[in-house]
Amino acid sequence: MEITEGQNIGLHTQELTLNMGPQHPATHGVLRLILEVDGEVVKNCIPHVGYLHRGVEKLAEYRAYPSVMPLTDRLDYISSMVNNIGYCIAVERLMGIEPPPRAKYIRTLLSELTRISSHLLWLATHALDIGAMTVFLYCFREREWLLELFEMLIGARLTVSYPRIGGVRCDVNREFLCNLKEFIKEFPDRIVQYETLIDQNRIWLKRTKGIGVISAEEAVRWGLTGATLRGSGVNYDVRKKMPYDAYDEIDFDIPLGSNGDVYDRYRCRMEEMRQSVKIIEQCLDRMPEGPILAEDAPDLDMNPRGHRMLDGEFSVWGAGLAFTDEFVTTPKGELYSAVEAPKGELGFYIVSDGTGRPYRMRLRSPSFIHASAIPRLCKGHYIADVIAVIGTIDIVMGECDR
Amino acid sequence: MTKDVTEDVKVIPGTNAFISTIDKVVNWGRCGSLWPMTFGLACCAIEMMAAGAAHYDLDRFGILFRASPRQSDVIIIAGTVTYKMAPVIRKVYDQMPEPRYVIAVGSCACSGGIFNTYSTVQGVDSFLPVDVYIPGCPPRPEAFFEGLMKLQDKIRSEEFKWSRWR
Repeated sequence: MEITEGQNIGLHTQELTLNMGPQHPATHGVLRLILEVDGEVVKNCIPHVGYLHRGVEKLAEYRAYPSVMPLTDRLDYISSMVNNIGYCIAVERLMGIEPPPRAKYIRTLLSELTRISSHLLWLATHALDIGAMTVFLYCFREREWLLELFEMLIGARLTVSYPRIGGVRCDVNREFLCNLKEFIKEFPDRIVQYETLIDQNRIWLKRTKGIGVISAEEAVRWGLTGATLRGSGVNYDVRKKMPYDAYDEIDFDIPLGSNGDVYDRYRCRMEEMRQSVKIIEQCLDRMPEGPILAEDAPDLDMNPRGHRMLDGEFSVWGAGLAFTDEFVTTPKGELYSAVEAPKGELGFYIVSDGTGRPYRMRLRSPSFIHASAIPRLCKGHYIADVIAVIGTIDIVMGECDR
Repeated sequence: MTKDVTEDVKVIPGTNAFISTIDKVVNWGRCGSLWPMTFGLACCAIEMMAAGAAHYDLDRFGILFRASPRQSDVIIIAGTVTYKMAPVIRKVYDQMPEPRYVIAVGSCACSGGIFNTYSTVQGVDSFLPVDVYIPGCPPRPEAFFEGLMKLQDKIRSEEFKWSRWR
């Protein structure tokens, strides 16, 4: 029935304000959206953040540089390794420490493993929200395998704190490498399995194609990064533009979309998983021998395990103890350093006043900036598409609210 | 002539009848199908999802996640609780029907954890009656199971929790 007909018989419609979240199974944590809807169509959407604000930035000001590491774990808790590495690289650039090549390769390898595990969780929840339960179970099967690999190497499943300023904590062992080789041999087939389930699925296509479209220029202006930006066809990846660790020595492609809708971003992330496997293979082939921690690394109270301690590291141990002292001088100044987290560009802006603690640590978290784009992506779509949009920008509230 | 199945349940042979206390039967029913509410707050929710997914599979204990507080028996507080979030959690808890249970998962929910800041509630027990604490940052899925089994043990030992007058 036309609305005009309804008006003729004395009915009238009005816009409804709908409160979605913070307790909602599809808002990926504690995101709260206030939707103004006309029937099923979203007219306006206001995201409310801050339900997981833990004061990480403030807490960092009271800790020595090495002790900030466990806080960065809990920012984007799905890909904690990349946060750690991002923080380490920022502090290394501040202090002028150069990690040894082996450490760089191990970090690159683990960054990509984390990227796979983060994208698996993204695919699992995104598909579950849209209605594909089987994908969720399949993705968690492989994710569990990955978490077991992490546990084998690090001892922790989720919050790893594995890298150190100037290197990594412990060397990769043979058991880990054997299992990893098995994983990367098997994993491309598993990606095909997920694609078989949803790639040609009519429901999936209807729910994702033409939803949340954003043009390349607009995506850049909104400050989107990562696969959310690349889905619109903008070739921007921190790994290529500002290479860190061993990425400049490794050959890989950046998958790009063209339409900038939910489906293209999904394709981008699926291809990124394939590229990650390629990067891991290259890392395994080319990994050089040598130390895993730089000579001048301030490696604090969590020293490497005894039996893995190399010659140079005893001096490092002493340096770490001295480092917690307030009066140890680090170079004064400020620095912005970014890494390509699975969600997008994760930047650390550190202001140093010359003491052993950061004077200010500001995070440029992709989820926060992506959350601001939700109203733009949702407007004019149905309520059900809001779920698809939240899924596609791959938001994590720990990182968004900090 | 009756036959003992367990300590307090006697089956009468040849009939479809058994003799037991109401406590025993009610508690058996309750601890066999604990339905927690899907309420992920932070990092621990990811391990909660892992516990519910294919590899660990909470379903085999009769534990199914429900999205509505009206349909759930237990609320799992998995993650950091901030002062902004605490009233929401309290509201959700108040919407749950009796009998209801609370599990605090992770260091943050148990005690505030490493986030001793201006915005974090130092332990969810400051505004909710917590039944089981599961420490860890985050706890492993096995620890989840242990916690849920502890809650089942607790329910099994309840007395007179089936009547209005208690």
